[in-house]
Amino acid sequence: MKINRLALCGNWILERFPLAKVWNEHMTHYYAPKNFNFWYFFGSLALLVLVNQFVTGILLTMNYKPDAKLAFDSVEYIMRDVNWGWLIRYMHSTGASAFFIVIYLHMFRGLMYGSFKQPRELIWIFGMLLFVCLMAEAFMGYLLPWGQMSYWGAQVIISLFSAIPVIGDDLSLWVRGDYVVSDATLNRFFAFHVISVPLVLVMLVFLHIVALHEVGSNNPDGIEIKKYKDEQGIPLDGIPFHPYYTVKDLVGVAVFLIFFATVIFYMPEMGGYFLEHANFIPADPMKTPEHIAPVWYFTPFYAILRAIPDKFAGVIGMGGAIVVLFLLPWLDRNPVRSIRYRGGIYKKALLLFVISFICLGYLGTQPATPTATLFARLFTSIYFGFFLLMPIYTRWEKTKPVPQRLTEQHSLEEQLHTLEEQLPALFEEITETKPVTTEIGDPAFRSSFFTRRPNAEGLLNVTTRLVKKLKESLD
Amino acid sequence: MINEDVDQSKRQFLTSALTVVGAIGTGYLAVPFLAQMQPSVKAMAAGAPVEVDISKIEAGQLIRVAWRGKPVWILNRTPEVIQTLKTLDSQLRDPLSQESIQPEYSKNPVRSIKPEIFVAVGLCTHLGCSPTFRPEIAPHDLGEKWKGGFFCPCHGSWFDLAGRVYQGVPAPTNLEIPPYRYITDTLIIVGETDGEKKA
Repeated sequence: MKINRLALCGNWILERFPLAKVWNEHMTHYYAPKNFNFWYFFGSLALLVLVNQFVTGILLTMNYKPDAKLAFDSVEYIMRDVNWGWLIRYMHSTGASAFFIVIYLHMFRGLMYGSFKQPRELIWIFGMLLFVCLMAEAFMGYLLPWGQMSYWGAQVIISLFSAIPVIGDDLSLWVRGDYVVSDATLNRFFAFHVISVPLVLVMLVFLHIVALHEVGSNNPDGIEIKKYKDEQGIPLDGIPFHPYYTVKDLVGVAVFLIFFATVIFYMPEMGGYFLEHANFIPADPMKTPEHIAPVWYFTPFYAILRAIPDKFAGVIGMGGAIVVLFLLPWLDRNPVRSIRYRGGIYKKALLLFVISFICLGYLGTQPATPTATLFARLFTSIYFGFFLLMPIYTRWEKTKPVPQRLTEQHSLEEQLHTLEEQLPALFEEITETKPVTTEIGDPAFRSSFFTRRPNAEGLLNVTTRLVKKLKESLD
Repeated sequence: MINEDVDQSKRQFLTSALTVVGAIGTGYLAVPFLAQMQPSVKAMAAGAPVEVDISKIEAGQLIRVAWRGKPVWILNRTPEVIQTLKTLDSQLRDPLSQESIQPEYSKNPVRSIKPEIFVAVGLCTHLGCSPTFRPEIAPHDLGEKWKGGFFCPCHGSWFDLAGRVYQGVPAPTNLEIPPYRYITDTLIIVGETDGEKKA
């Protein structure tokens, strides 16, 4: 009787709301390629971090005061006097950095497996819009603690608008709402940070996922699984997202949370990279800190800005570094998606790009000495070269034959097993045994035994093999 | 629905007219929405002039005052500094301040009313950091060419002690000079020009 009533109640809802339909379409009957590797964790992790930012952010607004006179002290109040306030704030500040780590890896996955290519251009565009929104959200959030770095960082970034000819000065005045960064700026940034941008973010996430589920997920082999279907029209190489990938993603979540919790509890400032030291001094409009640098996730773009010795051109370069990412689906002329079957030239270009992106990120945290500027210029040219020369070099690419069906990769367990088997032989090769005789005691009773020493020749052989293998994997 | 006697062109006209009226209405509504983000009347009024007593500034000393929330520097320059300023022209981007912002009465090589008292807005014309005051000559970190001046730690712009920008640095123009005037020999007012009041 009771169960009957419950079922009736459920039916009442289902007749009026497409709950089961949506659940089936996007979870149990959404077929994802069966060969996702760990790179495919970062999409769901980004969603997890977004939820973390929402929950902790709402809790923070309950004690934060968006007022130039009160803001800094209210953050200290949260840290010292609010019950568990320190945890909530550190979850939020670490979450911001974690968001960018996850998103950068997620974007790199796209670059590697060609997830931006036809027919997934719109997914990439929505993703890039998400990235831009996320940067705006992070930038405005960073002003709120009203420390020295908040203040002068905002001053510099808003001044970027003033480099635009004709309307620049009026535009930056309009953004600030005052002649300098002030209470008016703080208050509006608070409004944008907690209402407008999060709303846009949620809408874009929705569009990103709708677009993804329309065309289906890409995979490490970069081929369409929809080509080969069984009698029921289910892709042969697909498995239902739920329960297979929801459970798999749970493992990813667990691993992520280990890192996340470690940072929150043991290194919330991350040596000045996640929370900068100068930001523990209240904002002082009369004095700029000796060395100002943005938070780490903006430093690659900041380094590009500084590398160009002209105010307007610098701003154009910085903006261009992001705009060029939007154009990626049309810059890459090679139809092969996955890096597994692409030519060596793309692999090398991608490697160079990653190196230059990381180096730019490092240079952006350092003072602009002449040598540093020179390197920043070099890496800036590589950054833009990777994208702008793409229409040319992707045409020359010698690609490998692409398989029809998903390939079987060796599982981690198997790989470890082979490694275990090879280890003794490897150890034998890089060492040699030498007899050693002890010099102590009576010569008649001396025993000689063998000792292992590194073998230069063997080491060289192993290294050469490794380098050759590495070179092979780049061809 | 009977569609036989529908006047399509009339329908099209009404649709277009409604769209145009709607767009105009939205446009009008956008004006107050966007304009409310402009500096408020209070923020504009906060640009009140500031009186500064300069009798206590020793030779070579710099003081900072807040005007419109911006740092304003008042520097008492020594005769040696003024001599040095004359030798720098060839290294500067705009030695005569043709493209820089200053009142007419400080558009001269030393960029001030009285040569010894230098008044300037202490914000770099590049991206708005406040440069540091480095009066020493050829310090270790800035090198042999440094003849005393203002150094911006953010992006490495160089200015001399008249706020004039050097060549080959990111800042495009000289430091801004605010309007100011002398009430007496030892009292200046920042934010006001002789005769007329400036907002």
